[in-house]
Amino acid sequence: MNPAGSLVESLLPLPVLLPLLGAGAALVLAGRPRVQRWVSVGVLVAVVAISAVLVAGAADRPHVLTVGSWPAPIGITLVADQLSTIMLLTSMTVTLLVLLYAIGQGTSDDETRTPVSIFHPTYLVLAAGVANAFLSGDLFNLYVGFEVLLMASYVLLTLGGTRSRVRAGLTYVVVNVVSSLIFLIGIALVYAAVGTLNLAQISERMAAVDPGTQLAIHLVLLTAFGIKAAVFPLSAWLPDSYPTAAAPVTAVFAGLLTKVGVYSIIRTQTLLFPDDPVAEDILMIAALATMVIGALGAIAQDDVKRVLSFTLVSHIGYMIFGVALATPAGVGAAIFYVVHHITVQATLFCVAGLVERVGGSTSTTRLAGLAAASPLLAVLYFVPAINLGGIPPLSGFIGKLGLVEAGVQDGSVLAWFLVGGAVLTSLLTLYAMAKVWVLAFWRPRDQLPVEHPEDAEFNDLDHEDDPDRRFPVMIGAGRAGSGEESYSGAFLGAARTASDDERVPVALPRGMTVATGTLVAVGLALTLVAGPLYSLTDRAAADLTARTPYVTAVFGQTVDERVTR
Amino acid sequence: MSSSFLLLALIAILYTCGVYLLLDRSLTRVLLGVLVLGNATNLLVISAGGPFGAAALVGRAPESAMSDALVQALVLTAIVITLGVAAFLLSIIHRTWSLDREDDLTVDTEDRSVRRRLARDEQIDEDEFDTTGCEQTSDTDDEHTDRASRADAAGAQA
Repeated sequence: MNPAGSLVESLLPLPVLLPLLGAGAALVLAGRPRVQRWVSVGVLVAVVAISAVLVAGAADRPHVLTVGSWPAPIGITLVADQLSTIMLLTSMTVTLLVLLYAIGQGTSDDETRTPVSIFHPTYLVLAAGVANAFLSGDLFNLYVGFEVLLMASYVLLTLGGTRSRVRAGLTYVVVNVVSSLIFLIGIALVYAAVGTLNLAQISERMAAVDPGTQLAIHLVLLTAFGIKAAVFPLSAWLPDSYPTAAAPVTAVFAGLLTKVGVYSIIRTQTLLFPDDPVAEDILMIAALATMVIGALGAIAQDDVKRVLSFTLVSHIGYMIFGVALATPAGVGAAIFYVVHHITVQATLFCVAGLVERVGGSTSTTRLAGLAAASPLLAVLYFVPAINLGGIPPLSGFIGKLGLVEAGVQDGSVLAWFLVGGAVLTSLLTLYAMAKVWVLAFWRPRDQLPVEHPEDAEFNDLDHEDDPDRRFPVMIGAGRAGSGEESYSGAFLGAARTASDDERVPVALPRGMTVATGTLVAVGLALTLVAGPLYSLTDRAAADLTARTPYVTAVFGQTVDERVTR
Repeated sequence: MSSSFLLLALIAILYTCGVYLLLDRSLTRVLLGVLVLGNATNLLVISAGGPFGAAALVGRAPESAMSDALVQALVLTAIVITLGVAAFLLSIIHRTWSLDREDDLTVDTEDRSVRRRLARDEQIDEDEFDTTGCEQTSDTDDEHTDRASRADAAGAQA
């Protein structure tokens, strides 16, 4: 074995191990917030660097580590092929930047709300779970990775234990427990059918299984992953739970959690069940419904976070579209789209957090004149928003173009419907983004509609225990000092007194702004390196659809005699 | 591969009860539902390992007579995970109780805003139902069209 190869293999467990060890250290250091912050940032920087090395290493062939040197079908294998390393690098970069954003916001070490500073340890456990899911070469280890990241996400979502978060958290936990149980049923069925849980070995043996049984197992797994990825009929939980969480938590969830589901769907489709026309048709229809219904939902909302949650659901449809085509072009475009969407969606949720901080609300019924108050914030929103909508030459456009091309190449009636749906969804997304822009950013503050007093009272009640709405920095926009005056009344009052010097910019919290700005820059950088990146994802897709590189990499180094039941 | 019919029947009953409990509004029942469903799934995984045999300890029994040890390991992991999730669910249910003194699932904010608007004006046209904005009750018409035209302008601009 060449030394470069063994170096890559020895790095393989680190993206899982380092965050877990860091989580332990961060928990011990709970009393010293400053050191704790350095530990978690340091760990994630190291993981990003390792992921970059892994991407470079996986370019020629997939690398495999058999944990504890147990040969492939018996022991746990970690596999770093191009798909998993690309996903790992993207998600860890976004995780790191969102952590910096969270530190800037001060969510991380707010002792008044959490007795032990729990944010950092949990966040690192989440990162470990995501890395484990991406690198796992074993169906049960994938399940464990899911559970690790879900457990961390339960804690993060209900951080602070406010009324709205507990309500949303309950739904979220129950839905995800059910999806995990369905996944476990799928694992049991796979094991009963082929007698192994090693992904490479399943893919070899599944062909011999009766087609009806195959389809049943396939659909059980797709249901489990579909819930996690928020594919349409199974997506209702997402816009309900995500908007209630703290801004950095929502950002990292939006970037990572659904994409782990999408990753699992890509794996299932390409490696385990490569030729299954029924499931492909089902996925195509689900993709179309996800895209269009999600986008329509986004238009109907008037809370920025809810709008973004619906666009998140809607754009999952694009990725499923690419996967369902099952051609190298389609899968390649889907992987490119995943990379683009992780970045841009996390950025937009970070911007929503900034909007909340500056305007004291995320509802477009209460926001106005943000562009005048803070031009920088307006730019930070505008760039990722049009990127999401798919304006050329940004990466969102390139990804959508690739998907549409792949759909046209496919040429079936269903594919043409999907091409139409993709274009329509792009326009609807742009409309939803423009609506937020016009109402929250562009509209002068004196045009803000008067809120019905009853609504105002109830809306304030909803958020009175929400710690993130304590410090709105926009001049005078707060309840402090005006006891009986309603929230929006104070806001309007501020508009009247401040209308003369409305052009005076509001200072943004620096840490949050720098982190968000970096995320925007990463999104733009994706456009600049789109050529090389696209060829990388195309090669990844070619390897995935060929299937042999993955299987030979797993079994290449072990003895030929394989354990059979 | 063969499985015990009794075990399969038990799994089916557990799934039925679990789904029934899970769909209840009472949170304690939801928790019970999760536990029952978890146990049903564990039994399913066990039965996926084939017929039962002797304990999988080398030297105690011939290898052919042993039961599959892998599924037992899987179930052990699954039990631990279910236990952790159940503990978390229990704590969050307790939190709901201490906040609202209620064992039922709390109503969503959006639901409440729709209900408020229904209570406020009896005659609600479809037009208003489309928009989730709660503020348009008093001055629906001009405000609505005004806003729509501006949004259109933005669309054209973009």
